[in-house]
Amino acid sequence: MADAATPVLETRHLGISFGGLHAVSDFNISIYPGELVGLIGPNGAGKTTVFNLLTGVYVPTEGTVLLDGKPLNGKKTHQFVEAGIARTFQNIRLFHAMTVIENVKAACTKDIHYNLFDATFRTRRFWREENAVTEKALDLLEICGLRDKADLLASSLPYGQQRKLEIARALATDMKVLLLDEPAAGMNPTETAELLGVINVIRDKLGVAILLIEHDMSLVMNVCERIQVIDYGQTIASGLPQEIANDPKVIAAYLGE
Amino acid sequence: MITFIQFLITGLRLGSVYALIALGYTMVYGIIKLINFAHGDFIMVGGYSLFFTIPVFMNLGLPGWLAVVPAIVICALVGMLVELLAYRPVRKTGNNLTCLITAIAMSFVLENLAQAIPAIGPDPKVPYTLFASTISIAGVSVSHATILTVAVSAVIMVALYFFTQKAKIGCAMRCVSEDKEAATLMGIDVNKAIIVTFGIGAGLAAVAALMYIAQYPKVFTTMGVTLGIYAFVAAVLGGIGSLPGAVLGGLVIGIVQSGANTYINSSMSDTFVYLILIVVLMLKPAGILGKNVGEKV
Amino acid sequence: MTKTDKRRYLLNFAAAVLVFAVTVVMGMTGGDAMKLSIAPSIWQCSYLIIMAASLNLVLGFLGQLSLGHCGFMAVGAYTSALLSLAFERAGFYTDKSGPAFLLVLVLSVLLAGIAAAVLGLVVGIPALRLKGDYLAIITLGFGMIIVNVINNLPFCGQQGLDQGSASSALYANGLAFSNDEKMSYLWVVGVVVILCMTSMFMFVRSKYGRAIRAIRDNEIAASASGINVSYFKVITFTISAFYAGITGALYSCCNAALATTSFAFTNGSILNSVFIVVMVVVGGMGSLTGSVIAAVLLFLLNYTIKNGGWVDLLPAFLQGVFTYPMLVYSIALIIVIMFRPRGIMGSREFALCDIPKWPGQFRSYLAARRAGREDRRKEAAHHG
Repeated sequence: MADAATPVLETRHLGISFGGLHAVSDFNISIYPGELVGLIGPNGAGKTTVFNLLTGVYVPTEGTVLLDGKPLNGKKTHQFVEAGIARTFQNIRLFHAMTVIENVKAACTKDIHYNLFDATFRTRRFWREENAVTEKALDLLEICGLRDKADLLASSLPYGQQRKLEIARALATDMKVLLLDEPAAGMNPTETAELLGVINVIRDKLGVAILLIEHDMSLVMNVCERIQVIDYGQTIASGLPQEIANDPKVIAAYLGE
Repeated sequence: MITFIQFLITGLRLGSVYALIALGYTMVYGIIKLINFAHGDFIMVGGYSLFFTIPVFMNLGLPGWLAVVPAIVICALVGMLVELLAYRPVRKTGNNLTCLITAIAMSFVLENLAQAIPAIGPDPKVPYTLFASTISIAGVSVSHATILTVAVSAVIMVALYFFTQKAKIGCAMRCVSEDKEAATLMGIDVNKAIIVTFGIGAGLAAVAALMYIAQYPKVFTTMGVTLGIYAFVAAVLGGIGSLPGAVLGGLVIGIVQSGANTYINSSMSDTFVYLILIVVLMLKPAGILGKNVGEKV
Repeated sequence: MTKTDKRRYLLNFAAAVLVFAVTVVMGMTGGDAMKLSIAPSIWQCSYLIIMAASLNLVLGFLGQLSLGHCGFMAVGAYTSALLSLAFERAGFYTDKSGPAFLLVLVLSVLLAGIAAAVLGLVVGIPALRLKGDYLAIITLGFGMIIVNVINNLPFCGQQGLDQGSASSALYANGLAFSNDEKMSYLWVVGVVVILCMTSMFMFVRSKYGRAIRAIRDNEIAASASGINVSYFKVITFTISAFYAGITGALYSCCNAALATTSFAFTNGSILNSVFIVVMVVVGGMGSLTGSVIAAVLLFLLNYTIKNGGWVDLLPAFLQGVFTYPMLVYSIALIIVIMFRPRGIMGSREFALCDIPKWPGQFRSYLAARRAGREDRRKEAAHHG
């Protein structure tokens, strides 16, 4: 694990503009190993755009993303993932025509080291790697409480479990930083409580850093160690949950002046 | 220099025909996101209607080109029928690809159905030649057909543009192509807009058929296949879904083809047409005038 | 490998051996029907099967529409024809028998595949940057260019290999098998089809298959799961082209003359890029066995309509309809698509070891239908 003094994920003056519109500008954040940081803001504030910048879906027009101090400029999304940043999506994006376990296994692709020859002739290496990946996928499904659903089609899962499957799939990439985009959206209180449990297990067992976008304020205030608030693409506050809750600028942004 | 002008004129004429057909492709694609493979065969339908009606009109003492009116009506009816009988039911149950397969099958149906009609049969027929006389300006000879083709196409395109911008049903068509669900919620009759689109597209194909047989007086059941493919390429080249794009694409394809025929080798003209297409799509993945809409994450 | 896995592999291996044995035995039997229609039909079927299955890799598993698949087949066909001709001219073999010819045959098939794969790579790298209908049209363009260029190459004959002096030699001496040779080399079909289908199954049932299905289902999520989307797209396209090239070699084996129109985008027959797409969709996208079934069915339908067969059994007034085979064929196609939009197999695969489960599945299917009918009746009664 990296030295606790260097942040695992850091951004410097990160920004992007579409045409003349500055969707995000001068975004700075540092996340340390094992930390759980919340990113909140009113609708359309640019939260998901930040995630897209952090995963290479959008190319920033200014600034850099650093992972363990190394810049990730000019890399593609899958290279961001290889470097150690994984995410879930606000609107669920599962591989719907594949089974639950296949969804997780597909995310292990980059760590499976056999080639076309091994696959065609079913060599010993093929079976070794495939068995290992099945084990790993089952373990991750266990963590997310989906082990008994392994052979169902992803699209047949109820909504809350689809969200969990997205998390399991993200975990399969062996990331250092996990970005969760509104994981509790559309969940009922029981499902949210279960999700909270999963998030805690991930942080405690796997020791990854988590950046969380969430609208459910009680969830954010409960689990996040630090919170950063953005509005109109600008950071308007950052600090401990209690500080944020009482920050006049944040209240103004949410309630409108 | 004369060769150059001649090649340009031939290109423009070919291009105008392609543009007319491409408009039909682009309109249908715009509204239901379907590559209507049967569209080329609407030209064939138009061609045969002209073949049978021109002599009738001439006998009645009317100008032969008026035969385009019944041709437009017949084509529009065929187009609407195809939508009603094949595409609409499949659209309800299937996805984009099953619709595409239906379109392919529909194209075969039209070609073979035509062949099954005794008066048509498998052999090519030669229709009455219209606008055959030519005028000569400074050594460049231009047939009346050429002038008419370019002029009529231009008028139709402008009219069509204003129709989609101003007319009520035209606006409805644009709404449906933008967002079907939202259009339904706004009280627009989606099915009516689609069927009107098919009617107009097929009607344009009839006009194209008139222009085409004025230049190449031969009708046969598979005449629409290659024409259709070129027009489709033209529509994509210009940016599928965009009316000005279809016109631009048609003209580009016509000129490239005529250039390859004049300066290189007619049997290689296909290669140049598709090469242009590939180069354009590499530089502008959504075509010349197409909007590149990225997926929202 | 689990126990059921082992049983699956053994069962499938046995089935493959059986198919091979059948082709060997059929090749040794005599009879005119066998020689004049069945053996040539099996040859034709073989390339339709591999074409459909290989396009399914791109269309059904990767989810990208390619309309130029026959272009790669053309490259394979001409490569194998020219290569075998060169060997024949060099005096490497004189008649189509013996180990020397067999070596040439193997080389031709392999090189046909490799040539097509190289071209697939060259086409795929730029083309696969596009998506959806734009990809369809650009592959159509590439297919057209391939065919058009071949059509103009002097050593390929201007209008197909059967015209001009150079090509008439190829006509007589290429791979082109006579009906007798189609019989004696029937086992080649068995071997090629089994090897191609097996390796395709191995491909889709590996990390490659998982990755490309993930790309099909959601490209953005796939790249966010660390899948190198462009790499997997290009590799799948290349592999698919490889198989298409191999079918090209089979094609030049069973056709005396090669003409580029056979590999066009559309033409009057059922071998063209469009119809291969039709086969994939009718069989079921994402089902290799579905492609096999669809290729055989569509071939048989086309064949029997054109050659009589069951049509002769129909009453006279119905026979008249079948004077226009393609008309019947295309209407049948529309009806199939209307009632079974996901194709014959959907995305399931036919598996030998599932056969014992069939009666149970059928019973539960019937029960479900009955229940559905009950429900509807109740609902109707309720509303009434």
